[in-house]
Formats: sequence, C-alpha cells, structure tokens
Amino acid sequence: MRPFVELTGVSHTYATGGTLAVDGLDIRVNEGEFAAVVGPSGCGKSTLMKLATGLQFPQAGAVVVDGQEVRDPVKIAGMAFQAPTLLPWRTTLENLMLPLEIVEPHRSRLRRHKAEYVAKAEALLESVGLKGAGSKFPWQLSGGMQQRASLCRALIHEPKLLMLDEPFGALDAFTREELWCVIRDLHARMAGSLTVILVTHDLREAVFLADRIFCMSSRPGKIIAEREVAFPRPRDLEITYTSAFSDIVHDLRGRIAHARSTA
Amino acid sequence: MDAIGEILLTSWPAALAIGIVGYIAYLLYKVIGASALDRTKLSLQLAPLFCTIGTFLVWELLCKAFAVSTFVLPAPSDIGLAIWQFRRQIGFHSFHTAWMTLAGFGLAVAFGIALGLLLGASRFFYAGFYPLLVGFNSIPKVAVVPILVIWFGVGWLPAVLTAFMISFFPIVVNVATGLATIEPETEDVLKALGASKLQIMTKVGIPRSMPYFFGSLKVAITLAYVGSVIAEYNASRYGIGNLMARASADFNVPLLFAALIALAILGVAMYMATVWLENRMTGWAQRSSFAAT
Repeated sequence: MRPFVELTGVSHTYATGGTLAVDGLDIRVNEGEFAAVVGPSGCGKSTLMKLATGLQFPQAGAVVVDGQEVRDPVKIAGMAFQAPTLLPWRTTLENLMLPLEIVEPHRSRLRRHKAEYVAKAEALLESVGLKGAGSKFPWQLSGGMQQRASLCRALIHEPKLLMLDEPFGALDAFTREELWCVIRDLHARMAGSLTVILVTHDLREAVFLADRIFCMSSRPGKIIAEREVAFPRPRDLEITYTSAFSDIVHDLRGRIAHARSTA
Repeated sequence: MDAIGEILLTSWPAALAIGIVGYIAYLLYKVIGASALDRTKLSLQLAPLFCTIGTFLVWELLCKAFAVSTFVLPAPSDIGLAIWQFRRQIGFHSFHTAWMTLAGFGLAVAFGIALGLLLGASRFFYAGFYPLLVGFNSIPKVAVVPILVIWFGVGWLPAVLTAFMISFFPIVVNVATGLATIEPETEDVLKALGASKLQIMTKVGIPRSMPYFFGSLKVAITLAYVGSVIAEYNASRYGIGNLMARASADFNVPLLFAALIALAILGVAMYMATVWLENRMTGWAQRSSFAAT
C-alpha cells in the first residue's frame, strides 16, 4: 500500500513569532485507510486538517498528498465539520450539488447531465437514511440529519480524501453511534479508494472507526503515539463493548493523560 | 392618461378611505368566521387598526375638550377636512415626492450594492474606505442641498440626489457585512474543492448577504424619503416638502398637518413595499431564525 497523505517534520504557526500550533509532525496515512487523530482540545488537530488539505502551508517540513507536494488547496478532498455548514437558502439536494458546481469535470458536465447527477445525489442521500429529504431546507432537518447531509456533500464529487473535523461532536450519543455506522458503511463501499482522516477527541469513536490512530500532545501538537487497530471489518457496534476494545481505549487514554500531565 | 390622472387627483382620499374601511370589514369578517383558536391570532391583525384609530380619537377628544385652536394643533377632523379641501394639491405633490424618492432610492440601491460588494470582497478597500464613508454619512444632508442647488439649480435633481446620498450608506454597510462574515468553515469547504474567490462570492457571499441587503432597504427607503422632502423644502417647486414650505409661509396649519399625514401614508406604503419584497426574496432567512428558536 502506498502512502496517500504524508507529513514529514511539519511545523506551523499562525502568527509570525507566535507559539507553534504543531511541531515536527510525522504522519503517514496509506491509501484507502481510515485514520483518526485524537488529542486534547487545542492540540492543533484542526491545523493538521488545514495543512493536509492545503488550506494552510507549513513553515517547516513537507506535506505530500497523493504523491504530490501540496502547494494549493488540494482539489480531491471533501470536508465535514462539527457544524454542518449547509447553505440555508438551498434545499438539501441543492446543497449536495454545490461541489459539483465547482469541481471539474462535473462542473462543465452538470448542466447537460443534470438528471444523472440528481439521481446520484438522491442515491447518496438514501444511503445515509435521508430518502426524500432532498427537497427540504437544511433548517427543516434535525441536527443529525443535517450532519448526514453534510457528509453526503463531502462525498458527492467522489473525493479521494475525506477530512472530518469532529463531525459528530455536537450530536447526542445515540445519533453519534448511528452516524458512526453511516460513515463506516460509506468508507466500506468505496473499497480502498477513499482515504479518511477523522479528527476527534472521542477515543471510542476513533477506535471503532479507524485502522490507525495518531495521538497528539497538547500545544504545540506533536504525535506522541501511533497505533493500529486490527479489528476485522465490517465492525459491529457490539465490539465497542468487548474487553479488547476497552483495552485499546484505555491505553490511548493513558497516553494522552500522560502527555497532558507532562506538558 | 390625463383623464385617469384627473380622477386620481380628485378622488384619491375617497378611494383611500374606501380601501381602509373595506380592509377593516374584511378582517372583521374573517375574525367572526374563524374558529376560537384562530381568533386570537387574527385579532392581532386588527390591533394596529384599533391602536391607530384610538390614538386619533384621543387626539380629537383632547383638542375638543381643551378647545385648542386649529392654528396651534388642528384636530384630526380638521386635518381630514383640509386633506379633502386640498386633495388636488396634496395628490399632485405626493406623486412628485414619491417618484423623486424612488429615483434616489434606486440610485442608492445600485450604488450601494456595487460599493458594498467591493468593500465586502476586499479587506483593503473595507479598511480604506470605511472612515471616509462614516465621515460622509455624518454630514447633515441639509447642508449639502445648497451646493446641489448651485450645481443643478432648483428642480428635481437636488431632491433625487439628496435622497440618494442620505440612503446609500446602510445598503453599503449591510452588503459588505454579509460578505465579510462568511463562516470560515464554509469557506474552507469551498476552498478545499478548489473554488476561486469569485466562486465563493457568487455561491455563498452574495446569497448570504441578501437578508442583510433587504433588511437595509427598510432603513434606506425611509431615509431616502427624508432626503427628498428636505430637498423639496429648500430647492424645488414640486413635492410635499415644497407644499409644506408654502403652507407654513401662509400660516395654513391644517394644510401643514394634512401634508404631514400624506407624508406618513406615503412613508408607510413605501416601507410596507420593501418589507413585502424582503419577505418574498429572503423568506429562508426568516423561517430559519424561527426554526432555530
């Protein structure tokens, strides 16, 4: 497997002379892998996301995505955040179509192949349990449904890289577990062609979803541990109640707690 | 055309009165016919009418009770009589005030959108022009009217330009604010798709600033109205402002008040028109604010 996202010795600060947001990050995520980055809040997880998508450029070190050094915003990424960030003047379906209006080759094909794309968007909505919600406005949907739509928008243009910045942070525990399964299934359906980086502070979420977990220390963010999660896929929610699962969560928790106490 | 104008000039107060009475009757009919649950809601629609009529009744009673001279404060009945007596003049001048206000307002909308887009899209121009704009907005526009008269003479142009100058500021500020306050996450989503600055503006910035823009129209239309009346008062042969200037020179106090009432009616009509437009164009913004609560 070839590495898809590679950060080597990356340091970044937002203001010249300010404190470092991240310091000497080394991260390798293979193609098709589901990676999670966990750490205490304010550890530069979101900075990591911006660096990997080319929204920010590192002061030191190199960021390579899909074999190319990142110099512009990468155009193969889909993003979803804690806030659904759907546009309230567009219906859910129109919100989904937004990336298609920007990303080539869809942009130039959209007008002539409208029906095909609408069908695709509706199929995607159905696959996350939002059948028939396309004509509703985002604010007519519940928080969990909005977040599902936001995930669909991040995936409609078939990105190779999906970046999730605490996408389930604002949801209740039940909805969150439902959406874990939604994202698990979406990743499984892409069968190795979709690389996901999930930024979260929920350790159970990371262990349940990810193949590889990076632990970050508090600011300036460094990678203090990396571990693989070898549970076979597809994973059932039941595994979150096994002792093997809790052991991993416990181990990660210990490392982060240690990092916090020494920082 | 002339015949229609003539009918409008001579009978507009009657038409207005019939319209208002008809509207009240329609509302009353709906309230009576409605179920008990809807009745409270519908009676809210009647509330403005009751309160307005009540205010005028109290005014009338106070004038009669203290035998206030019409030269000091005419009672609403005296004002009503004056409206009927001077209906041709009031109608004629209201028409001129209305079109001059709308012309100035139209200019302000066009200019305000253009400048607002520029300021909202560029942090350099935003920072650079803001003090200048605030300074310009602080100048009392009455002081500018004499300059306009020197430049363009007495006529419609000073009124239109005053209405324009006084009303573009809120439009600029609101359009610029709408553009400048795009959520950073939304911007990140689009940038990560490779969207250009222009695409971010057209897909998110401009639709997002629409509620701000239509909100500012409500403020701008009333300001434009103030501007045109000020200019008419000083530098025009037409318009309600001019009518009032002449009425006050003649000490015709009932006509002055009749003109004020005409101004108020015209102002409410223009304000309602912009509110209607706002609801029509950016209903999503208002519904979503209800949905959030």
